[in-house]
Parts: sequence; C-alpha cells; structure tokens
Amino acid sequence: MKLQGKAHCFGADVNTDYIISGKYKFKTLDMKELACHVMEDLDPDFATRVQPGDLVIAGRNFGCGSSREQAPLALLNAGVGAVLAPSFARIFYRNAINTGLPVVECDTSGISAGDELLVDLENGVLRNLTRKAETPIKPLPAFMLKVLGDGGLAAHFRKYGTFNID
Amino acid sequence: MGKTIAEKILSRKSGQDAYTNDLVVATLDFRMGQDGTSPLAIRAFEEMGGQQVSNPEQAALVIDHSAPSPIEGVSALHHLMRAFAKEQQMICYDIGEGVCHQLMPEKGHVGPGDLVIGADSHTCTYGALNAFATGVGSTDLAAGLISGQMWFKVPESIKFVCNGLLPAGVYSKDLILFLIGQVTADGATYMAAEYTGEAIDALSVDARFTIANMAIEMGAKAGLMEADDKVWAWVREHRALSGDRSFEAVSPDRDAVYARVLEYDAGKLEPQVAKPHRVDNVSPIGEVAGTPIQQAVLGTCTNGRIEDLRIAAGILRGRRVHPEVRLIVAPASRRILLEAMDEGIIQDLVKAGAALVTPGCGPCVGTHNGIPADGENVISTANRNFKGRMANNKAFIYLASPATVAASALTGAITDPREYVK
Ligand code: SF4
Repeated sequence: MKLQGKAHCFGADVNTDYIISGKYKFKTLDMKELACHVMEDLDPDFATRVQPGDLVIAGRNFGCGSSREQAPLALLNAGVGAVLAPSFARIFYRNAINTGLPVVECDTSGISAGDELLVDLENGVLRNLTRKAETPIKPLPAFMLKVLGDGGLAAHFRKYGTFNID
Repeated sequence: MGKTIAEKILSRKSGQDAYTNDLVVATLDFRMGQDGTSPLAIRAFEEMGGQQVSNPEQAALVIDHSAPSPIEGVSALHHLMRAFAKEQQMICYDIGEGVCHQLMPEKGHVGPGDLVIGADSHTCTYGALNAFATGVGSTDLAAGLISGQMWFKVPESIKFVCNGLLPAGVYSKDLILFLIGQVTADGATYMAAEYTGEAIDALSVDARFTIANMAIEMGAKAGLMEADDKVWAWVREHRALSGDRSFEAVSPDRDAVYARVLEYDAGKLEPQVAKPHRVDNVSPIGEVAGTPIQQAVLGTCTNGRIEDLRIAAGILRGRRVHPEVRLIVAPASRRILLEAMDEGIIQDLVKAGAALVTPGCGPCVGTHNGIPADGENVISTANRNFKGRMANNKAFIYLASPATVAASALTGAITDPREYVK
C-alpha cells in the first residue's frame, strides 16, 4: 500500500476531543457532517483546506482520550489519507485500522506543513519528496496489515466471519 | 516465568500460555456500549453481516452520555439503541439509571478475573475489581457482540507501588492525579497499569474505582488491582445480576516482569489539581489556590459515587455555595441517588445551593447539563480537562477531588479542602 499527499502538521497529544468534539459526535451518524468539524478546536480552517489524500502529521500520543470511532471516521471522511506520528494512543490506533485509516508510526520531526510525502507501507519507508529525505517507519503487525488490506474490520468479518489472526 | 495480572487473565481467557506482546483471541465475559458509541457499533454489526448477539445476557447498552436527550438527533440514536437491544434481547439501561462505568460493576456484570470490553475509554474502571477491562471503539464492540471474542496484544505492565497512608483531606483522586502528573499522559501507553501497596489496600472499593478509572489518562489499556476481602464483600453486595457466575481472582506472580516499577510515598501527598488543558498538567493545590471559579461539578464515572457525595456533603452541610458559583451534582447511578436520599445527603447538597441533574454523565462531555461560557473556570471531579471538553473551547477546566470541588464551590475560588476536613 502506497500513499501520497501533502503534510498538515499538528503537535503532540492531539486528543479525540480535538479531532472531533463531543458536542458534535453524539448528534449524528452522518460522518460527512462530522468531517466538516474535524480538528476544529486546533485549526478551524483544516476541514476546508484538506485535500483528498492529504496526510496528518503529528507529535507523540496522537488520538489520546476517548474511544470515539468518530475520530478516525471524521478524518477519513474529510479525505485524510493517513496519520503519521511517532506514537499513537492505543484505542485510536485500533479504531483507525478497524475503520480503514492507515496509521504510521515514524519520526515526524523533519516534516513541515506543505511537504509532499510518499508512504510505502509494505517496504516500511517514508519519502519526503519535497526535502528528498527518507525515514524508516515502524511496520504494522501482520494481522493489522491484513485488516487494513481488507478495508477495515467490518470487511474482514464479512470475509472470514471471525478474527483471522493466522 | 512469572506473570502479571494482565498476562494471567489474557492467558486464561484465550487458553494460551500468553506473555507480553503475544497476540491472542480471547473469550469475553461482558461487552458494553454507551450512547456515543453504540449507534456506530450497531451500524458496524450490520455491515459485518451480524445476525445475532452471542450470549446477549452478557452484553448491555447504556444511555448515559446525553440522557435525557437534549435534541432530536440524539433522540433518534437513542431510539435506534432501544430497538436494537429489544430485538437482540440485550440489556438496555435507559436514562436515569446511571453512568455505564458505575452500572457494569454495580449491577453485578463484572467481577474479579473477568475479561471485559466496553466501547468507552474509561472501561478500565473495573480493574479495581481485578477485571481486565478495556475501552474499544464501535467496530471492535460490534465484532465482540457477534463473536463473543476479541483480539488483544498482551500488554506489558507498569507497576505503581503506593506506600504509606493518604493524609486527612487527601483522597484517591489526588493520588491518581499525582501519578498521572508523574508519568504523563502517554507514560503507560500500550501498557497495563497495576496499582498496589498499603495506600491502595487502605482505600474503599469506591475510592479504588477512581484510580482504575483514570488509568487511561496515562495511556494505559487497563488499570488493575488485586481482589482483597473488600472487593469480595463489594461483589457479594452487588451481585443482583451476576447470579451464580463464579469469579476467579488473579494475583501477579512474585517474579512477574514489569516494564517499570515506580514507588511513591502517599503519606506525603497534598491535594492535587490538574490544570487546563491537560490531565497531566498537575500541581499541588497551593499553586492554584485562589483561582476564581464559576462552575463546580460533582459527579461522573470518576467521582459520582456515594462516598464522594458523602465527602462533599460533609463540607457543604449547613453552608451555602458562593453566590457566583453554580454547583452541579450528578450522582453516578439511580442506586447511589437513592442511597444519598436515604442518608439526607441530597437534601444537604440541594439546600447548600446545588443543582441536581439526572444520574449519568452529567456535564462531563459537553452534550448537555451545564456548558460553561467563554472565559469561565470550572472545577470538576471528572477525568478530562481537554480544551472544548465541556463543549466550549474558551472555558478552562480544573480537575480535583470531591472535597476540593466542594470547598471551592463554597468560597468561589480553588480552595484547599483540608481547611474543612478536620
Ligand atoms: S462520566 Fe464522563 S468520562 Fe465517564 S463515561 Fe461519562 S462522559 Fe465518559
């Protein structure tokens, strides 16, 4: 799986309330509507600026806080292609894979807003096309890569009827 | 090789001899969803081709986050949950019954040695009863409802040894805030936290729930404690719905391997406050004392239990809340509300000027029941103070113990409760 897009940079400890506020997520199952408010408390214009395939770049502990799956879904529906961060909060990490949003653990310190990036999940490398730099990425566990390849856990379950971890 | 509590429970429930970093598929004892996460889980259930919830008596949906419904959109989602629960013959706790994390243990759904998932991050609360309980998202919940199982990466564990005894006026909330401040918001990410030591042993089960509840605020997957006599007495008293199910507690082996072992002296602890906008932005009360507040919140799954209400009433009884402060009280469950009424606590709180709201999440997550205005300061017994958490990103939330919240409500500014607790 290869992903290419422009970088949008955020800091460390971006929590799920920032990704999508509780005041919106309880009201609707319409993820397109939620996508209009994604990252609103940190960057009010993000939802209008983000282009399909763009990449969210963050610091440590991305997605900490609540278990709301609306967080990865709002990012996906806003067009975000993947989230790159040195570490993720574990519930968000699971939810992202389960809903089909690639999450990439890697050093993000050299990336600036607007950089054009290419993520090669299979070969475990991040290429910064703007800066001509390469960074290794931490490989996803095989089971998670399989779920992601299936298009998320719902599709995985439709296919196997259970968790196929072998 | 010895095992931690997490390794033992995940081994037993998966039938594998599992250690840290092993991937296992394990059988669940209970599954829970609330009104912010269940509607998406129901949708995922359908997408997965789910027909039936396996063992529906071991699953519950709880309407607690926006309850009663404040707007039409939420009403439709509540309606969806009720219909699904009815069709699947699952338990559905409707408005007024209480917060999910109070109800799961209180109704006897969870006990020592259990493996539980809940589509809510504070599911780790039940670790106080020696259950490996962890928060998941909606899709995981749907898979768990269909299969009765879940996959886990066995976490490594971090052990907190809390020696000494908490001084008067200092509570389990202060202890957990202090620990989070020490290890930071991601200090236990991907790990299970084990809490042990004299200070933990001395706490009531109610007070222990507060500590397990906030394990997620240091990133932990679970917050675990051993089951002692107090836990077993608590479980016996609350086993209405667990029926004859037998629980099997686990203790860590002496030679279990921990990622880190941290020791603290609880005897020296002062009341603690988490300042805006981070839970790990913690300082002793002296540093923030005198900060004016406009709203005080007593309740939530962290500190809405009977002991918490008693502590607050002990400070507020016969006094009046400061005229420029709104004190909102949300008991964690109907049972707690009734107990508090029997003890006269509710009368004391309401006479002191408190506004009582429906048992449930109350104003914790900004869906209803007390959204602060721009620039206002809130002091709350909740577990999160993120910017915008209470639906206004221009408000400031301080987290503290019920005693600190009660004392601050009286004076109109953040106040050391030790002046009131003699
Ligand atoms: S009381 Fe607050 S933290 Fe607890 S479950 Fe409800 S919204 Fe979540």
